[in-house]
Parts: sequence; C-alpha cells; structure tokens
Amino acid sequence: MAALDRVKVLVLGDSGVGKSSLVHLLCHNQVLGNPSWTVGCSVDVRIHDYKEGTPEEKTYYIELWDVGGSVGSATSVKSTRAVFYNSLNGIILVHDLTNKKSSQNLYRWSLEALNRDVAPTGVLVTNGDYDREQFADNQIPLLVIGTKLDQIPETKRNEVLTRTAFLAEDFNAEEINLVSILVTSVFLLYGSDSDFLL
Amino acid sequence: MSFLIDSSIMVTSQVLFFGFGWLFFMRKLFKDYEVRQYVVQVIFSVTFAFSCTMFELIIFEILGVLNSSSRYFHWKLNLCVILLILVFMVPFYIGYFVVSNIRLLHRQKLLFACVLWLTFMYFFWKLGDPFPILSPKHGILSIEQLISRVGVIGVTLMALLSGFGAVNCPYTYMSYFLRNVTDADILALERRLLQTMDMIISKKKRIAVAHRTMFQRGEVHNKPTGFWGMIKSVTTSVAGSENLSLIQQEVDALEELSRQLFLETADLHATKERIEYSKTFQGKYFNFLGYFFSIYCVWKIFMATINIVFDRVGKTDPVTRGIEITVNYLGIQFDVKFWSQHISFILVGIIIVTSIRGLLITLTKFFYAISSSKSSNVIVLLLAQIMVSM
Repeated sequence: MAALDRVKVLVLGDSGVGKSSLVHLLCHNQVLGNPSWTVGCSVDVRIHDYKEGTPEEKTYYIELWDVGGSVGSATSVKSTRAVFYNSLNGIILVHDLTNKKSSQNLYRWSLEALNRDVAPTGVLVTNGDYDREQFADNQIPLLVIGTKLDQIPETKRNEVLTRTAFLAEDFNAEEINLVSILVTSVFLLYGSDSDFLL
Repeated sequence: MSFLIDSSIMVTSQVLFFGFGWLFFMRKLFKDYEVRQYVVQVIFSVTFAFSCTMFELIIFEILGVLNSSSRYFHWKLNLCVILLILVFMVPFYIGYFVVSNIRLLHRQKLLFACVLWLTFMYFFWKLGDPFPILSPKHGILSIEQLISRVGVIGVTLMALLSGFGAVNCPYTYMSYFLRNVTDADILALERRLLQTMDMIISKKKRIAVAHRTMFQRGEVHNKPTGFWGMIKSVTTSVAGSENLSLIQQEVDALEELSRQLFLETADLHATKERIEYSKTFQGKYFNFLGYFFSIYCVWKIFMATINIVFDRVGKTDPVTRGIEITVNYLGIQFDVKFWSQHISFILVGIIIVTSIRGLLITLTKFFYAISSSKSSNVIVLLLAQIMVSM
C-alpha cells in the first residue's frame, strides 16, 4: 500500500462553498448527506490510475486535504492552518457561484497557501494584494471550481460565467463550473480525469 | 421659522446616521457575503439612524439646544417610527427570511411569515402581564403600552450584555489569566497534529485499497445469506467487511482527535499572541484598566446584592457621592450641585458613546461567530431589533 506514490492536493475556499461535499463526492462517488462545518482539516484519499490504459499507467494516492475556515480568521487560526500547507502538489480553489465575495477571497486564499512555501525573509515586500507577476513562475497547478450553478436563475448565468472565466484566467488555472452537488456525479468525474497531475 | 431650521438639522443628522449605518453594514458585517436583498440593508440602516437620533434628542434635551416644541414634535415622530419598525416590520421580515430558508414551506412564504409574526405579537403582549403597566387611562393599543414592553425587553438585554461585558472585559485585558506558552509547546502540538493526520491518511488508504480490490473482484458486499452462507463466513476469511468497519471506527476516532488538536493549537497560538500583546505599552494600559474594572465590578455586584437583600433604595449616584466625599475631605470650595450635574452628563455621554461602540463591536463578533450564507439576513435583522430595544 505504501508502495503507491502519494500526491497531496489542498482544497481551499470560504466557509459553506461546498468543499467537504466536493471531496466526499470525489472520493466515495456518493453525495454527502449531511454536511456540517469542517473544524481544522479533514483528509480523504482517492486512488487514481494516471494515464490509464497506456503502458505508462501508474497508480497514485490523491490525498485531498480539505482545510476549513475563513480567509479573514484571526492570525492564530491562520498560523495553525499554515501547518497543513507543507509540500503541496496541487491546489483546488472552490468558490460559490451565488456569492461574489467568495470568488474575490480566492486571491487571498492562494496567497496564504503559496506564501507558505517561500522562505520567510525579514522584509515584507507586498501589501498582501494579488500580483500576477508574483505567481508567474509558480509551479503548483491550480484548479478553480465554482459550485451551486443551479441555484442561479437562468437569466443571470451568462454574466456569472464570464466573470468566473476572468477569475480563472487570473490564476492561469483550469476552470470547472458545477451544479449543486446534490445532482450528478458524471459531470464531476469528467473533471477529475482532465487531470493536473505531473 | 425656527421649526424649519430645527427640522432641517434633525433631518441632516438622520441622513448622516443612515449613511454611517450603511457603511458599517457593508464594511464590517457583510464583509464576506454578497448582499442579495437590499431590503435588509435598508432596514438595518434606518433602524440605526433612528436609534442614534433618539440619543441625539436626549443630549439636546439636556443641553437645551433647539426649540422646545420642535424637540417635542421630533421626539414623538421618532418614537412612532421606531415603534412601527420594531414591532411590525422587523419581526415580519425575520419571519419571512426564516421561512424562506426552510425548503418545505417555500410556496406559502407569506402565509407562514404572517403566522410567525402573530405568534411574536402574542408573546410580546404576554410579556407585559406581570408588570403593572395597564392603567385605565390609556387604551390597549396606545403608545405607552408598546413603549413599556419594549422598555422591559431593552433593560433586560442591556443588563445581560453589561453583565457579560463586565466579566469578559477584565478576563481579556488582564495578563494574570495568561498561561505561559513557549514555542516548543506549539511545535510539539503541531507535530502531534500532523502525525494524527498521517495516521488518518494511512488508514483511509487501506480502506480505499480494500474497496478497490473488492470492486475489482466483482463485489462481495452483501452479507452472506442463508445457513450455509453463515457457516462459510466463519471459515473463509472475508477480510472485507469486518476489518473495514473496525478501521472505519478507528478513523472516526482519529478524526475527532485531530479536530481537538487543531483547536488546542489555535488556542495556543492565540495565547501566545496575547502574551506578546500584553508586553506592549497598550497591553500594559489595558492590564491596568482590567484590574480597575474588576474591582469596580465586584464592588457593584456587592452593593447590588446588599440593596436587594436589605430592600434599600440608593439615594445618590456614585458620582455625586464621590464628589461629596472629595469636597468634604479636601475642604475645597466646590459648588456640588452644579458640577455634579455636568459631570454626570459627561459620564452619560461617555457611557452612551462607549455603549454604541461596544454594541457594534459585540454585534460584529457575534455575527461572525454564528453566521452562514443562509442565515445572515435573519441575524442582521435580529441585531437591528436588539439595537432598537436598547
């Protein structure tokens, strides 16, 4: 079992956007019946066959670390959360399509997760705002997922989707828009196969 | 003519307060949420504006600014509007939003909102029964009835909040209560947390692998049925289900442990920050205030108990007594009455300002602690209700 390689992926986003439901769906192919608040971090594991069917097929463990909390938490909570950000292989940023603020907060989430890997220098160069140049050479792949698409009335969907397209572009990330996780798993499995592993 | 001037002054100040309430709502309360129903924001700001206007009118009354008759008129107007909002609109909207959160009752939202509102009115009325409010001079639906009930609720809430603040304030300020936390403690705890997470991961990997092999072998998930099936299951090792449920239980226990460890670590970080804060100048100042407040609160509680037990009514307030004592002790020529009134007035002003500030801060903290994207509207309306009652 330990012979399989492991890949650590962080799932980040504001409270209530659907991270726990997403992780549960990815790992158990089942919908999470009673989602409750995630305290701390909850991990789930999925076995994945990379490049299935080809001679280079390799099986990996994907560990999905679902970190709870909000981006505006007290510094004490942030420093506690920072313990989970070691040796990342990938980040999934989740935002709620019905709540504009959650997509704006994604910038701060990515800063929080990525700054951890930078060796702390004595001088603070940025003021915390998002700077695309800063992450131009970032090697860690990002995936942006928007949830609760079906809760937006039909008429507003287009403008919401264009807005999120800009968001994904800012991160240089791939983008997936999901319906509320109550509905279907087929859409989602497609997403996880269009893979961002090395 | 002077009436017009006074009215324009009042209206300008009201608009100012309205803007302030709006800003507070946007910047602080709803920092992480998108405002979807502007009704909530409007109601909150209006309530805030009118409450502040009431304070303003009190201050004008003491100072003697503006014409007396226009003050009276504005006072009545203010009172009517506030009561209207407090008793009719806010509960109705609270009921409406609560109902719209529950999926089942989606169709007859209005109906259920009205039902909730009627229940609220009933309890509101019942509230006044134990108190001697009803007098034959005033009718049932008069203003005095409503005000007295609102007053009851407001005083109770105020007492609760002040009591809570009185105990919480010294606790947060004083450094006496801080444990000593070193970096080594934090590191050790973090290491334990990561170890627990690793254990959880390895167990989940075993479960996942087991699921996978069972799936590939073509599914032996159902329990063996029948007599022969049961006997077979004793001999052949179905390493599957039993082992899995055991591992699953272990995983659940470990997850609970990880949550506890996370909370403890966060707590340690917070304590460490408080220790650093208390070493700064501001921290020392607050520490001193904390001692002062705790002594004051203990004295107050003591006096209140004695007053209740011995059924004594306090004649003079502490400020006047304090000044009297100082005067008699120091023998300074002091016009007690004149100064005491002004000092009390200043103290009242300070109390009002700090209570508004303290109220807003407490509201914000409370709001962050319990809100989610669904209930945010309801909570803001509840806050508006509390604000007016006080």
